[in-house]
Amino acid sequence: MLTSSSDELLAGGAGPAVDIDHLRVIRGKRPALHDFSVQIARGTITGLLGPSGCGKTTLMRCMVGTQIVASGSVTVLGQPAGSTPLRHRVGYVTQDPTIYDDLRVIDNVRYFGALYGAPSSASDEAVDAVGLHELRTANGGNLSGGQRTRASLACALVCHPDLLVLDEPTVGLDPVLRTDLWAQFTALAQAGTTLIVSSHVMDEADHCGDLLLMREGNLLAHTTPAKLREDTGCQSLEEAFLSVIRRSTVPAAS
Amino acid sequence: MILLVPSLIIALMYFMFQNAPIRPGEVSPFNNACLILLGLLPLVVMFLITSIAMQRERASGTLERILTTPLRRLDLLGAYGTAFSIAAAAQATVACILAFWLLGFTTAGSAIWVFVIAIINAVLGVGLGLLASAFARTEFQAVQFMPVIVIPQLLLCGIIIPREMMPDWLQWISNVLPASYALEALRQVGAYPDLTATALRDIAIVVGFAVVALCLAAMTLRRRTP
Repeated sequence: MLTSSSDELLAGGAGPAVDIDHLRVIRGKRPALHDFSVQIARGTITGLLGPSGCGKTTLMRCMVGTQIVASGSVTVLGQPAGSTPLRHRVGYVTQDPTIYDDLRVIDNVRYFGALYGAPSSASDEAVDAVGLHELRTANGGNLSGGQRTRASLACALVCHPDLLVLDEPTVGLDPVLRTDLWAQFTALAQAGTTLIVSSHVMDEADHCGDLLLMREGNLLAHTTPAKLREDTGCQSLEEAFLSVIRRSTVPAAS
Repeated sequence: MILLVPSLIIALMYFMFQNAPIRPGEVSPFNNACLILLGLLPLVVMFLITSIAMQRERASGTLERILTTPLRRLDLLGAYGTAFSIAAAAQATVACILAFWLLGFTTAGSAIWVFVIAIINAVLGVGLGLLASAFARTEFQAVQFMPVIVIPQLLLCGIIIPREMMPDWLQWISNVLPASYALEALRQVGAYPDLTATALRDIAIVVGFAVVALCLAAMTLRRRTP
């Protein structure tokens, strides 16, 4: 297990944003998460990285409270995940953009804003924040893939959550937009929001303060980009991740 | 479409029965048919619309997303029920105006009760539709619940053949189907000037069925899924 950075970050004393303890999840008769334990500090951007099918979405659903767990506990902002008081404070953006095709972009954001009790000015701000101001009256069904992703993101930003869980938000986006979004994520984190962002593009890990490397439902490493480069001696984060995988599978082979 | 189609169907029936002979002392066949259509069409239409709308929410993931917000499940069901009831009310208003004023439809009882029964049937349709959507994985399957849930009720409730004339086992089945009571209530309103005790009882039973359907539908809205 590589060095963990969480000890320094938790020194603030506010308690972790997410505290997962021996979490086991079984999906479709196969274990999706094995004895997963991790603590994520507040105000950070944590990247959840790993190959497709390693359990990133399952883990995020556990944090948001929509996943049935076999055993273990997930505590978010001091409360059990999915409990009623948390629903005002946690925003969730799913992997596939879940917006209504029949509604306009601004109506989608206003709808989700209304569910959170946010004023309509918050909806306009959220639409502007993701750069969809010109498309605010376009129908959801007429948007391109990247625009749908941004609309879906706006629906989560409207409630100004304390914890924002983003499942592969930059998939299918061009580099300009990607940089733009990560700049916004950084700004949100600096304002105090905790972000958990999943991706299977390793190069995005540089934007994250903290990294959780996963594979096949196991936590391989909880580290930072700098430490990962140091520990593996690789400059490219993709190679660093592959090196971690090789290291973790070698003992099993021999 | 939702506003005009039932009215168009009733108008179609009017023209179908235009040349049918009316036996003296009996109600015209159009009157019978129109009463049934006004009351039961909302059940069918709302069932279809609700089951497909809710199935789309489940399949597209927006339902899971909604359940992560502070919205309570009963609020969601209440919202669906209210929205579709308002649509049903608008639909029934147009249909009733057409039937009573333009096509010469008459009832011994007040037209208001026909309207009320139509709305209650719409809410029942919404409840059954929400419940049925839980068992359909695609819109294709959702649509096929119509022949399973709605058509047997229409066949057994007494439209085609009086319930007393059916074999015992079919009568037992029709006794537990809400459409039977809805039709009986409609016929009571059509036949008697004052609201009879039977009609009131039947209306209460249909309301009860609607509430049970909505509660069962609430149980199918699970926040945590595998």
